[in-house]
Amino acid sequence: MRYSGLKVIKEALTGHKGWTPAWRDPEPQPHYDIIIIGGGGHGLATAHYLASVYGQHKVAVIEKGWIGGGNVGRNTTIIRSNYMLDGNEPFYEFSLKLWEGLEQNINYNAMVSQRGIMNLIHSDAQRDAFIRRGNAMMLNGADAEYLDVAAIKREYPFLNFDDARFPIKGGLAQRRGGTVRHDAVAWGYARAADSKGVDIIQNCEVTGFRIENGKCHGVETSKGFIGANKVGCAVAGNSGRLMSMAGMRLPIESHVLQAFVSEGLKPVLPGVITFGAGHFYVSQSDKGGLVFGGDIDGYNSYAQRGNLPVVEDVCEGGMAIMPMIGRARLLRMWGGIMDMSMDGSPIIDRTDIEGLYFNGGWCYGGFKATPASGHVFAHLLARDTPHETATAYRFDRFKTGHMIDEKGMGNQPNLH
Amino acid sequence: MIINHPLLGPRDSAEFVYLGDAELIDRPDPETASPEDWYEYGYLRDNPAGLHRELWWHEGGDRSWLVVTRNTMTHEITSVEIARDVARKMGRSS
Ligand SMILES: Cc1cc2nc3c(=O)[nH]c(=O)nc-3n(C[C@H](O)[C@H](O)[C@H](O)COP(=O)(O)OP(=O)(O)OC[C@H]3O[C@@H](n4cnc5c(N)ncnc54)[C@H](O)[C@@H]3O)c2cc1C
Repeated sequence: MRYSGLKVIKEALTGHKGWTPAWRDPEPQPHYDIIIIGGGGHGLATAHYLASVYGQHKVAVIEKGWIGGGNVGRNTTIIRSNYMLDGNEPFYEFSLKLWEGLEQNINYNAMVSQRGIMNLIHSDAQRDAFIRRGNAMMLNGADAEYLDVAAIKREYPFLNFDDARFPIKGGLAQRRGGTVRHDAVAWGYARAADSKGVDIIQNCEVTGFRIENGKCHGVETSKGFIGANKVGCAVAGNSGRLMSMAGMRLPIESHVLQAFVSEGLKPVLPGVITFGAGHFYVSQSDKGGLVFGGDIDGYNSYAQRGNLPVVEDVCEGGMAIMPMIGRARLLRMWGGIMDMSMDGSPIIDRTDIEGLYFNGGWCYGGFKATPASGHVFAHLLARDTPHETATAYRFDRFKTGHMIDEKGMGNQPNLH
Repeated sequence: MIINHPLLGPRDSAEFVYLGDAELIDRPDPETASPEDWYEYGYLRDNPAGLHRELWWHEGGDRSWLVVTRNTMTHEITSVEIARDVARKMGRSS
């Protein structure tokens, strides 16, 4: 079934009785060419691009819970390509371009909304750093725009411009950045992959790998052994746990990040604002809730919930920059587990075990990467060579000293 | 989270700064360590889902270093030791 405006109108007039499930619910086959572990955004996107771009159809996605129940459904939905370093910027710009064509590509309304993102500037040094970043972005074909205080006042008159500690001195805007309906990304990719023959197997947990003589032959699961020529792991915050089953230690720690949503309000926020100095970022969902977040909790965690000190810290950041937020009630908060890597950048690579591939270390910025992550991981799985925009995301960069450390924090995952 | 400091009693974890896995106490010997040893020490982690021994610094208090054993699934803390005592037991400090 393809979606179209006509179909929506017809269903609206006939009581919505003609909709069918968007993907099948198959039992696992004994053997696949490629198995993807993890039915999050990245795993499902990988399956879609494997089938639609790289001609692979004997593919399965194995998910321990339900698709979209992990970070893809827990994040604050911001997409952007305002990175600076060589290994990163071309990759995130490739991702933003894929977002721009996503809905036509998968025939699914993911509510891609390029409402713009603006990073606030509070000091002369920060202005220099952001202008340098803007130049790096433009050199890589992305858009960037410096805003002076008057321009910001026109768009966001309610911000606290004269805060004693962090007065607003300007901003770096990326107009093509914005937000995307996160659940719809998982559902849209799932439907597109399924329609090309990919099996999406939910409620099936991978509990081990069958590795003989340095080669991976498949995975042990709660539904029994499933064989595969190649296995790709894309399990976000569970990377460490999963890869330890293959005997690997990773340059990764798992940490919890919280997200918050206020009660529904009239439209007040046209785009996304980030207040880096106090670590707070906010946008408004199409239902009216202010969606915001801040720092990670800061210590290893596999609990999908946060702790109160960070709630307080995030809300203080919000009050400092946007005092009117204090009038809104907080409706909901939750946590997601992120695989914080040692330099804050992802890893997409083969492992030393033949037939076993890894995609992870997304920290708290992996949602925007979903289309590109899927595309380049599919490339790696199908062709065994890295995609041209992902050549820097190798395991060995920690050995050779070629870290991609956007924040300059060194090997301390809780600071990235 | 409440950290039961061996000298000061129960303190709010917000007074502390987190460094990471307590294995960091066991730094390789610069005289004999290979690049591989430094790579493992600097970058690779067990990252367990369950009991985890980790380093916390009492920045907002007596500025001591502690080794806290905490369950990363439940945040339950089962033991708190002074890091210096742990290091001594490992022969790392006099
Ligand atoms: C609160 C919060 C806010 C965020 N905000 C943003 C943002 O604004 N912008 C941005 O770019 N990024 C953001 N992120 C980061 C982003 O969400 C993640 O980096 C990204 O979604 C991770 O990839 P994924 O979607 O594939 O992961 P997931 O959706 O977590 O998918 C991994 C899947 O693997 C499954 N799995 C795990 N173990 C197994 C197993 N043994 N067997 C089978 N399946 C298994 C899990 O159940 C899960 O469904 C945020 C994250 C959080 C938590």
